[in-house]
Amino acid sequence: MNNNNNNKNHVISVLVKDEAGIVSRVSGLFSGRGYSIESITAAQTSEKGYARITIETSGGDENVIEQITKQLNRLIPVLKVVDLGDVESIERELILCKVIAKDEDRSEILRIAEIFNAKIIDVTQRTYTLEAIGDERQIRSLIELLKPIGIKELVRSGKVGITRSNQFTGVKVE
Amino acid sequence: MSGTETQQQTKTNILTGAQIFLECLKKEGVKDIFGYPGGVILSIYEALYNDHDIKHYLVRHEQAAVHAAEGYARVTGKPGVVLVTSGPGATNCITGIANAYYDGYPVVVFTGQVGINQIGNDAFQEADIIGITRSCCKHNYLVKDVKDMPRIIKEAFHIATTGKPGPVVVDMPKDILTASTEFVWPENIKLPGYNPNYNGHPKQTSKALELLCEAERPVIIAGGGIVASEAMEELKQLADKLHVPVANTLMAKGVYPETDEKSLGMLGMHGNFWANHAVTNCDVLFAIGTRFNDRITGCLKRFARDAQIIHVDIDPCSINKNVKVDIPIIGDAKNVLKAMLEEFNNNNPEIHYEVKQSWLEQINEWKNKRPKIEQHTDKLSSITVIQKIYEYTKDFDPVVTTEVGQHQMWAAQKWKCDKPRRFVTSGGLGTMGFGFPAAMGIAVADKDRLVINIAGDGSIQMNIQELATCVQYNLPVINIIINNGYLGMVRQWQEKLYHQHYSETRITGPDFVKVAEAYGARGFRITKEEEIIPVLQQAIDCKQPVFIDVVVDEYEMVYPWVLAGNPINKMLMSNNCPIN
Repeated sequence: MNNNNNNKNHVISVLVKDEAGIVSRVSGLFSGRGYSIESITAAQTSEKGYARITIETSGGDENVIEQITKQLNRLIPVLKVVDLGDVESIERELILCKVIAKDEDRSEILRIAEIFNAKIIDVTQRTYTLEAIGDERQIRSLIELLKPIGIKELVRSGKVGITRSNQFTGVKVE
Repeated sequence: MSGTETQQQTKTNILTGAQIFLECLKKEGVKDIFGYPGGVILSIYEALYNDHDIKHYLVRHEQAAVHAAEGYARVTGKPGVVLVTSGPGATNCITGIANAYYDGYPVVVFTGQVGINQIGNDAFQEADIIGITRSCCKHNYLVKDVKDMPRIIKEAFHIATTGKPGPVVVDMPKDILTASTEFVWPENIKLPGYNPNYNGHPKQTSKALELLCEAERPVIIAGGGIVASEAMEELKQLADKLHVPVANTLMAKGVYPETDEKSLGMLGMHGNFWANHAVTNCDVLFAIGTRFNDRITGCLKRFARDAQIIHVDIDPCSINKNVKVDIPIIGDAKNVLKAMLEEFNNNNPEIHYEVKQSWLEQINEWKNKRPKIEQHTDKLSSITVIQKIYEYTKDFDPVVTTEVGQHQMWAAQKWKCDKPRRFVTSGGLGTMGFGFPAAMGIAVADKDRLVINIAGDGSIQMNIQELATCVQYNLPVINIIINNGYLGMVRQWQEKLYHQHYSETRITGPDFVKVAEAYGARGFRITKEEEIIPVLQQAIDCKQPVFIDVVVDEYEMVYPWVLAGNPINKMLMSNNCPIN
C-alpha cells in the first residue's frame, strides 16, 4: 500500500463516549466544515459506554486531514482519533450484492465468487446475492467484474479498520 | 483530600431540579444572571422568587441576554450566565452563542425544554436546541435525569472557562426541574476527552526564543488569547527584553499598551499602515493567541512571506489552519511566555540591540511617511467625534463597546487602550446589535464604571429594545449613535466596488432623542463639533442610560482599507487611491 498520492482516501477511527447524538456531533462537524464522508460506521466497543466511529474521507490533502483530526479531538466526547493510514492497520469492508443471474451467467458468477471468497447468501430465479468481505482493492475489483453481468442492488457496510498488534486504539482501562 | 476516594461528596437535603439549579449556580459563584421567563422554566422563576443571592436581569430579547452575559464575561473574566425558556426563547439565543464561540468568551446558557416524554412530538415551544447549537458552542448537554444536574452544571462551567473559553448550552426539560432528589455537589470532574494542553513543549519554546533572539526584523502579533490567559505582564516583559515591536488584533486591544513606543497598534484590513508593513516585511513573526483570521492576514500567499512563523495557541485547531507555521506551540499564552522569559533570564542569550533598533527605526520611518488621511467635508466627521470622546473620557478609564461597521473600525483606530478588557467588540462573527446589550452586561458587572457604546444608526436598531432593561435597572450606558443615515460599511464597499449603487443601504431610523425619552432614558443630539464635550459631560453626570444622536457626514469612509483578498501591505489610504 505505498500510495504517495496526497489526496487518497483516509480512514479515521474515532473512539467516543457512547452518548445520545454522538454520531450527529461527529458527522455534523464534517458537513459544517466541508469535509467529505465516503462512508461512516458506528457501533459499541467491547467496553461498555464507548463506541467506535469509523469514517472514510476523501479529497483532503494532508492539511485537511490534520484539521479533521484536530477538530475531532476538540469534541468533548471524543477520546481518541487515529488516522489508520498513519499506522500499521488492516481495513475491511463488507458488501452485499444482488446480481442478475441469467442462465448463461450463472457459472461465471459462481467462479467470480469463488475467486473472491464471496458467499452466495440468497438465490432466486433471477438473481444471486453475494456477500463479500475485503479490502478496498478486492471490493473494487469484485464490483468491476460483476458490473458487466448486471448488478441489481449493491449495499456496502462502509469501511472498518483495526490497527496491528503493536498499536492500541482502545479504551484505557483505569 | 483526606481519603483515597475521589468520590468525596458534600451532602445536603432533598431539593427540586429548579432549586438544585440555583444551588449549583451558587456553588459556581454566580451572582448575576440574564434571562427571560417562559412556560417550561416557571419552576426556576418560582425558586428565584424566594432567593436573595442571585440577581436576575430581565432583558427584552433573549439575544441580548447572551450578549450581556458575554459583556459581563469579557470585563470580569468570569463566566456570564443566561436563563431562557424553550423554543423561541432558546432559538433567539443562537446569535449570542455563536458570537461568544467565535470570540472565545465563557458563557453558560441554560435553556428550558419541554418534558422528556414530549421531546420529539412537536410540542408547544419545542425546539431541538441541542441539535441547533451543536456547531456554534463548545459543548452542550441535555439533562435527562435530575441526579445528573449538578455534574452537568459543574462540567458546563468547567468547559466554558478552561482551554479556549467558549459558550456551553445546558438544556433542561420541564419535568427534570420539578423532579426531586438529594442535592449532591460533585467534588471532581471527570472528562477524559477534554484535556487542554496548558504548557508549551519546552523544546519548541526554546526554539522560538532562539529564533526571536537572532531575528533582525521580528514582530509580535498579540491576539485575544492573551486576554483569556491574563498574559499581559509576560508579553510586555518579553517584548521589552527582546526589543520586539508588538501589533495587536482587534480582539487584543489593550493587551499591550497602545501608547507604548514599541506598539504598532492594530493590524489588518483597517489596521495601521505601519503595522501591516512591519508584518509583511518581518523575518520572524511571533503570533500569540490569534486565529489568523482573514481580516488580519489578507491574501494568505503574501502574508509575512519571508518570515519564520512561531504560533502559540491553546487550541490546536488554530495552528496550521490558515497560515503555515514553522514553530507550532500548543499551550496557554501565559505559561509559554513565562517559560520563554525564564529561559531568557537563565541563559542571557546575546541580542544585537543595534540590529533591532534599526528595525524599529525603519518602522518609525513608515509611521512618518504614511500618507495623511484627509477628510474634505464641512459636516461633522465621525472620526472627530470618536477622537474627541476618547480624549475627553480616557482618564475615566472607561469600558467602550461597539456595534459592527464603520464606527467600530474608527473606534478601534482612535481608541488607544493601555489595559485589556476595556474595548469590547464583536470580532469574529461581526454581530450588529452586540454592543448595546454587551455594554448593559458590563454595567451590571462593574457598577461604577463609565460604559460607552459606540454605535451606528443601523446597529443600534438591532437591539434598541434593551433601553427598557437599562432604564429598569438604572444601568447608565452611554450610547453614542454615529448617525450617517446609511449602513455605512456596506455603503463604503458599494461606493468603491459596486459602482456607487447604494442598494438597500440607505436606512432610516426613529428620532433617537425621542425614543430615549419615551423609554424614560435621556436623549441628546449633537450636530456640531463644539457640542460634543458639553453634551458628553451632561451624559456622564446624569448617571442614567443615554442615547446621543450624533448627526455626521454621510459619506465618510474608513481608511486605511485593504480590499478583501489583497495583501495587507496594499492599503487604500484615501478616496483618491485608485482601485484596480
